[in-house]
Amino acid sequence: MKAVLPTLRLLRTTPFRLALLYLGLFVISVGVILGVVYRSTAGFLEEEIGATIALEVAGLQDQYRSAGLRGLVDSVRERSGYSHTNSIYLLTTPGGVILAGNLSGWPDATAGPGGWTHFKISDYGGVNNRPSTAMAVSFVLPGQFRLLVGRDMSELDQLRGRMVVSLRWVFLVTVVLGLGGGLLLARGAMHRIEAINRTTHRIMAGDLSGRVPRGGGGDEIDRLAGNLNAMLDQIERLMTGMRQVTESVAHDLRTPLSRLRARVELALIRETDDPEVYRAVLQDTILEADRLLATFTALLSIAEAESGANRKGLEPVRLADVVRLAADLYEPVAEEKGLTLITDIRAEPTVRGNEQLLAQAVSNLLDNAIKYTPEGGRITLLLEGVGPGQSARITVADNGPGIPADMREKVLERFVRLDAARASPGNGLGLSLVEAVARLHDASLRLEDNEPGLKVGIVFPPDAG
Amino acid sequence: MKVLVIEDDQQAASYLAKGLKEAGHVVDAANDGKEGLFLAGSEHYDVMIVDRMLPGRDGLSLVEILRATGNDTPVLFLSALGSVDDRVKGLKAGGDDYLTKPFAFSELLARIEVLVRRRSAAQPQTRLAVADLELDLLSRTVRRAGKSIDLLPREFALLEYLMRNAGSVVTRTMMLENVWDYHFDPQTNVIDVHIARLRQKIDKDFPTPLIHTVRGAGYSLRAPQ
Repeated sequence: MKAVLPTLRLLRTTPFRLALLYLGLFVISVGVILGVVYRSTAGFLEEEIGATIALEVAGLQDQYRSAGLRGLVDSVRERSGYSHTNSIYLLTTPGGVILAGNLSGWPDATAGPGGWTHFKISDYGGVNNRPSTAMAVSFVLPGQFRLLVGRDMSELDQLRGRMVVSLRWVFLVTVVLGLGGGLLLARGAMHRIEAINRTTHRIMAGDLSGRVPRGGGGDEIDRLAGNLNAMLDQIERLMTGMRQVTESVAHDLRTPLSRLRARVELALIRETDDPEVYRAVLQDTILEADRLLATFTALLSIAEAESGANRKGLEPVRLADVVRLAADLYEPVAEEKGLTLITDIRAEPTVRGNEQLLAQAVSNLLDNAIKYTPEGGRITLLLEGVGPGQSARITVADNGPGIPADMREKVLERFVRLDAARASPGNGLGLSLVEAVARLHDASLRLEDNEPGLKVGIVFPPDAG
Repeated sequence: MKVLVIEDDQQAASYLAKGLKEAGHVVDAANDGKEGLFLAGSEHYDVMIVDRMLPGRDGLSLVEILRATGNDTPVLFLSALGSVDDRVKGLKAGGDDYLTKPFAFSELLARIEVLVRRRSAAQPQTRLAVADLELDLLSRTVRRAGKSIDLLPREFALLEYLMRNAGSVVTRTMMLENVWDYHFDPQTNVIDVHIARLRQKIDKDFPTPLIHTVRGAGYSLRAPQ
């Protein structure tokens, strides 16, 4: 049962149906070709026989003309005297008395066009008494003498028979090979599609790590597998990100919330008459709530950028405007901290994007650079236009402590902060947002060593304009 | 000021009404879109606070109808829908400002005050003055007590915004939205640095300060009492 079912399923597959259709066309073509071969071969042999008979007739005619009836009788006798001859002769008087020849009587068969007749030799005790057919032509000589010259067709019949048999075999083998080949082809394609089905089933069952195997040939199925895998990578990354976020949100928000709660509870327990104490507690509570809200807002911005729903709302954005505005906003902040912010706009590229999110990304990068660069440092905000593999690039470089190479992937994750003590302000969402914004714009985020310091580049793809 | 609050959440509505009354405003409240539309059409209000998601009729279409019937009372949308798209939709429907829940009450008060002020001073101005501080929009010059003050373009824009809303509280978010067109909150309080610089130029060399910090809310530019 188990072996039958897959076969039955195979018969219902599209590749097999296509193979079957192809086979049908192929078999019809082969049939037509074989028919033509048969007709032309058999026809050619029949013509050959006709020509031989005509030659013999011509010879006998010569004989009759030169030696009269007597000579003709001798000649026919002589010729039909050979044993194992394929030729058939019969010469009779007007009354039907046999004068010479190797047939026992005049065939009944009526002559066709041109005097040709076909008959069975065995019925007339012909040559070698073979049960084969013959083909003959008959003439009426002067004086109502009748002459029949023909040829045993058994060899041709045999050949025809053999040809039919072998053509039948050729036909059968064609069908079998075609069917087998079709099944094999269908099975090959089915195996790969089945592999895709198995993987998707496994993934639906919850195992997101499964990937579709690739043949490496680069055909449609391979490309389909490649696309599926890319889609799965994306889904897995989003799922992992979501799990991480849920965990991080739970963890990172619990601490400030418990702090908040404890502070309010303590204020209630103390029961003081001093309204200043309550005022201070409430003010701290609002500050803490604002920080929590800011974290939520940042998470929402990331979600907004990541959902891709914004993709339809993308419109041409002049990056130079975005960069100038951010530089304008942050220059005094950098100066306040004793840093130099250098803005270098080398081109005026336009990309399709969401201006607010891009502005937020650049702001976050500047914010980070200002936060982590020590006094006296130098921050460069650079905008470049078209270059190899890019339509535009925004770079923020500082000469602060930088990020160790092995940590650069890690800092893009939500709530991850290198400052283990969490002494510096912030929620660890800044770079995550930048990455989400970059991805929304199909841009890549590059974290590089500025030797010393960190260099973050948002590189827009060549077709981002 | 007479304020109409259209908000279906009872708790939020009474919190709004209480806060607005304490700030000295007269408040009417409607619990759904239909009632809100009726009140807005039958009485005169200085400003309306409209929730986006309402039973009966949603806030967007309510404001669209009001605008279509020639009612130009300033409208502030107060909504939990806070993405850039949502804000754009609200402003396109005829809203004058958009505030996202959860919000700080001081922010709401500052915004409605500025809304009303903007409506009353709609005629084009070329010159703004507060006490002895003058700002000329045509020559783009600033003078205080007759003394010329050099400002960078963005400082000029910031001062212009503060002067247009002189006497009112202007929050950091309002400045980011109106001067920089930033509809998100940068992580650092960048506005404070800009105000500090502006103060250096406007107030430092003069006996009476004009830029005042309003604790927990923002800043206010006003003439000394």
